[in-house]
Amino acid sequence: MSHSSERRGQGGGNNRAKSELSLTINGKPETVRVFPMERLLDVLRQELGLTGTKEGCGEGECGSCSVLMDGKLVNSCLIPALQAAGANLTTIEGVAEGPQLSALQAAFLECGGAQCGICTPGMILSASHLLNKKPEPTLGDIREVLAGNLCRCTGYMQIFEAVAEAARRKSSV
Amino acid sequence: MTEEGIIGKSVPRKEGRDKVTGVARYIDDMTMPGMLYGATVRSQIPRGIIKKISFDPHFDWAELVTVTAQDIPGKNCIALIGDDQPCLADGKVNHPEEPILLLAHADPHLLRKAVDAVSIEYEPLPAIFTIEDSERRSQIIWGDDNTLKTFLISKGDVDGVWAKAAYIVEGEYTTGAQEQLYIENNGAIAVFDREEGITVWGSLQCPYYVHKALMALCNLPAEKIRVVQAETGGAFGGKEDYPSIIAGHAALLAMKSGQPVKIVYDRLEDMTATTKRHPSRTRHRTAVSKDGKILGGEIDFTIDGGAYATLSSVVLSRGTIHAGGPYYWPNVRIRGKAVATNAPPHGAFRGFGAPQSLFAMERHMDHIAQVVGLSPVEIRRRNFLKPGQTTTTDQTIREEIDLGKLLDRALELSEYTAKIARFAQQNKVGPIKKGMGIAAFLHGAGFTGSGERYLASVVAVEGCADGGVRVLVSSTEFGQGTNTVLCQIAAEALGLPYHDVRIAQPDTNQVPNSGPTVASRTAMVVGSLVRSAALGIKQILIASGLLGSSYPPQEFRAACRAHIAAHGELRSFARYEAPEGVFWDDQKYRGEAYASFAWAIYVAEVAVDLSTYSATVEDFVALQEVGRVLHPVLAKGQIAGGVAQGIGFALYEKVVWQNGRMQNGQMTNYIMPTSADLPPIRVFFEEMGNVHGAYGAKGIGELPMDGPAPAIVNAIEDALGTRFDSVPLMPEDIFEAVSANGDR
Amino acid sequence: MRFDPADYELIAPGTLQAVVALLADEPGKWLPIAGGTDVMVLYTAGKLPARKLVSIWNLAELRSIEVLPNEIKIGAGCTYTELREHYVIAQEFPLLASAARWTGGIANQNRGTLGGNIANASPAADSLPALLAYEAELILVSVRGERRVPYVGFHTGYKKMKLAPDELIRAICLRRCFSGYLHYSRKVGARNAQAIAKVCVAALGRLRGGVGGGGDAIDDVRIALGSVAPVPLRLTEVERIVSGKSVDRELVQLAKKAAVAAIQPIDDIRSTARYRTAVTGNLVAEFLEQLRATGKTA
Repeated sequence: MSHSSERRGQGGGNNRAKSELSLTINGKPETVRVFPMERLLDVLRQELGLTGTKEGCGEGECGSCSVLMDGKLVNSCLIPALQAAGANLTTIEGVAEGPQLSALQAAFLECGGAQCGICTPGMILSASHLLNKKPEPTLGDIREVLAGNLCRCTGYMQIFEAVAEAARRKSSV
Repeated sequence: MTEEGIIGKSVPRKEGRDKVTGVARYIDDMTMPGMLYGATVRSQIPRGIIKKISFDPHFDWAELVTVTAQDIPGKNCIALIGDDQPCLADGKVNHPEEPILLLAHADPHLLRKAVDAVSIEYEPLPAIFTIEDSERRSQIIWGDDNTLKTFLISKGDVDGVWAKAAYIVEGEYTTGAQEQLYIENNGAIAVFDREEGITVWGSLQCPYYVHKALMALCNLPAEKIRVVQAETGGAFGGKEDYPSIIAGHAALLAMKSGQPVKIVYDRLEDMTATTKRHPSRTRHRTAVSKDGKILGGEIDFTIDGGAYATLSSVVLSRGTIHAGGPYYWPNVRIRGKAVATNAPPHGAFRGFGAPQSLFAMERHMDHIAQVVGLSPVEIRRRNFLKPGQTTTTDQTIREEIDLGKLLDRALELSEYTAKIARFAQQNKVGPIKKGMGIAAFLHGAGFTGSGERYLASVVAVEGCADGGVRVLVSSTEFGQGTNTVLCQIAAEALGLPYHDVRIAQPDTNQVPNSGPTVASRTAMVVGSLVRSAALGIKQILIASGLLGSSYPPQEFRAACRAHIAAHGELRSFARYEAPEGVFWDDQKYRGEAYASFAWAIYVAEVAVDLSTYSATVEDFVALQEVGRVLHPVLAKGQIAGGVAQGIGFALYEKVVWQNGRMQNGQMTNYIMPTSADLPPIRVFFEEMGNVHGAYGAKGIGELPMDGPAPAIVNAIEDALGTRFDSVPLMPEDIFEAVSANGDR
Repeated sequence: MRFDPADYELIAPGTLQAVVALLADEPGKWLPIAGGTDVMVLYTAGKLPARKLVSIWNLAELRSIEVLPNEIKIGAGCTYTELREHYVIAQEFPLLASAARWTGGIANQNRGTLGGNIANASPAADSLPALLAYEAELILVSVRGERRVPYVGFHTGYKKMKLAPDELIRAICLRRCFSGYLHYSRKVGARNAQAIAKVCVAALGRLRGGVGGGGDAIDDVRIALGSVAPVPLRLTEVERIVSGKSVDRELVQLAKKAAVAAIQPIDDIRSTARYRTAVTGNLVAEFLEQLRATGKTA
């Protein structure tokens, strides 16, 4: 459900047009009509109703807009829609394996990794990116990769425990 | 009864699954059909008269909904304690970013252009920005003399101690503003219906505060205002009183337009326009005996309230009462004062005055130690409050707290003595200087004095048709575990599995007023009422013959279902009653200030790199006595999170002001610690129970905010031998002090 | 929202040739955007003057890292992550690898590009001191072809550079001749990660006799700084003073004085001129002391 009109009535004298953008989100192909400079974050939240990805700062500092784009962790608030054409995205909505929580999600629940929850989607995607690259991360690895995700509630300690616990569970399968 | 207690277990967070799957819905995730976006036109100057408001003629204003002070149906104020804060500036402004006009449109991009298309001409008036400016009274900006509030605590005979003192120790300590920096910005959605009235959804801590404010603003009776708390992404006090403003704005736009209106701030607006921790200045003058005991003293505690009174009187109250720390003061005079400046009003932030006055007290103790020639450990040991002694407000410590033992345990856990010795050697060589610092403190939970009686909180527990129970409170969840802990308490009281208990979304149409979610009162005060109300359900079922006095869960569920089938509902209320024999004198500020105190000793290990003058906390021990740990994971999380904010308060978070406006209102330039910056935060608990709290719990939400800053600055002084009496303490400050001393 | 996507045009011609043709057709009208980690921040704040943008993200011609016997050619569109993960860069150009590691967080490293860092020309840019120390050369491309220029002197003033309005940075070339050098880099920011530099040092040095060779005279030295002037600086005067000399206390003091004289730091929202000056002196001294220590025989 889009709030924006196809072309703005006033303000900018230049009439830009929207165009079609196709991309895959959580395994599902999607096509939206957006301005090329729409932020990927807004495409997810407004056009596609995927509100799990959050806006905390609008400048790529807080990481609550983190998603995986073609397997790489990115801040979706800094990506213009046009540059996401054809991309394969994973958002928090795609992390759970159906009704089954992922090891990370379960560990976050048990270890207190989520308090208010607003940084949690981004945090889980960052941690997911880490575990994909380094299935047995050290505490230093965890601290480094999560440094782009700000959490104001936890002081990070229980987030580190959650990530370490998820790594342990995944490796003992 | 269940085989194993639920209290003391780390049960899953009630709303946890929604949070880890991205399903939890915060304000900006919500939309409504026909919804407009709202925006605020704000003052660009700190103080002045509004001469003219112009609307750019090239803009089609017919499309926009506009609200000014003239459109306010009720009283143009944000009703809180006093009524001095206008909802919209009317003719004059008293701080930068003060709201003047509201606009709404369906297109949020266009809306921004409309805000930019409003120009305001002012006649500026001289403005004041510091406590000292305010005290000088060259400009009077509030009341008769810029003084928002004063308190006086007087115990014993202060004037007589100076002559007896072996040492008289003075000090002045200051703390800066601090931004709460919840990761979710303030937001609210309002809907107006001529029959139903106003409904507001908000990111907020206190639905009934907003309810009260909207009644006055919109001139509507209680039953025509409904406030619902949405999932809230962090608050820390920053959403205690501020939401009444943003909700009021959304409501006014909704009333004017007849359509739903959402206002969500971006980070810049939230940082520059909303509340912060009160800056403070504390002056100590202390008479000390030859063997290091406090004979008495004077403490002047002053806070900067910003342009309007808002919560300053209550922040001042708590800061003033905590100013003496966990020590025995046989004689003391504490003067608390809140003054006005032309900054956006300061407000609640975790700790609420106590982090400010306790910073001063704990720095001052180290200073006293030096003067007397004792260690920071010994000076504290000799002055700790003991059971049977009285606090600065003459409250007798009735519990068997042994702060000396608590200190011993903290020193052991932090390897304090060994490290002090080791660092003394290591610091001789190289640019890295390490030090250890201690902070000892207390934090009173619940509202001060007669506050809880005044709140008269009410809680309900009801049986559900499926046999489970539901807790009905206005206490909100914003990460600290309200939902979980209150359900645990009800489950324990009824002998039910945790999963049989739910909690209603705080909606003023559905839940009674259990008071605001502040003051570390939720587990202790509201939890106690939840327990009572739950037991009330049990009593009803037993009295109606449906349940025996001891039962397995399935019998309870069957009884509950049967009762509801027969009577239509099953509900029990509990109302707060002040404990017997508790006295508090509001005039003299004397008596039982708080129902309980939690006690803590924090120890910080800090390294200062003299090539960059940066201080880093390397290890942190947080040991506290908290009555009863209801949920170990949640409790640890609260302490670690609070310590992290305290570390930010000490070393990283600086608000850069210019003419009353925050200049660094983005996350790039207002620095909070990342995961790469914090030390291991090692959390330990002692539990001695609490007569007044549910299952012996004391409030702990704010406690961890009090200790880190003084512990860290004490450690930095230990490392460098240089005195610092201010936070935030930035590398630039350390550089200036160190180079003034001629080092390096 | 302080920006309106409707007011902006963004196109992605898809090839380098098409992009430079566009830039030649309408010089100065199209702002190239690679990873967007700088441009999008300005855009969101409502502070981006440009209205027409051309995407150079993911242009194959800008993404390669070519390893030749004597030099490495890094495509300007390579991200910081790609720099960090490249074996030769990690081994032979640690100043650049560490700059990549401390730029932003992982998410920003996956999008930020080396070319973008140069073109954005922030005085606090993390990678530029390293490029100065390594005496990188830039390959610039336009419809007129390619030209190769030294990076030293490329930035001429605050956000000013020797780049024609229709030119793009195509590649950054580093000569593979720094084995046996001490590579010293330090970034001083407000926190350990995600910080804008208050002072940034990238320095190279070699004593006569090399590492462990027992020598003590400075054979080659380059000291570059960021955040202490409108452009990144090579401390050529300091280099001149210390070249050929043994590092002793007196030399270090002289070097510090010369360093302080060479820089023009300011007071700004992040820090003070006095602090930046003092830290510059300290880090130059630290570098020289570490350089002296490399001479000790094993």
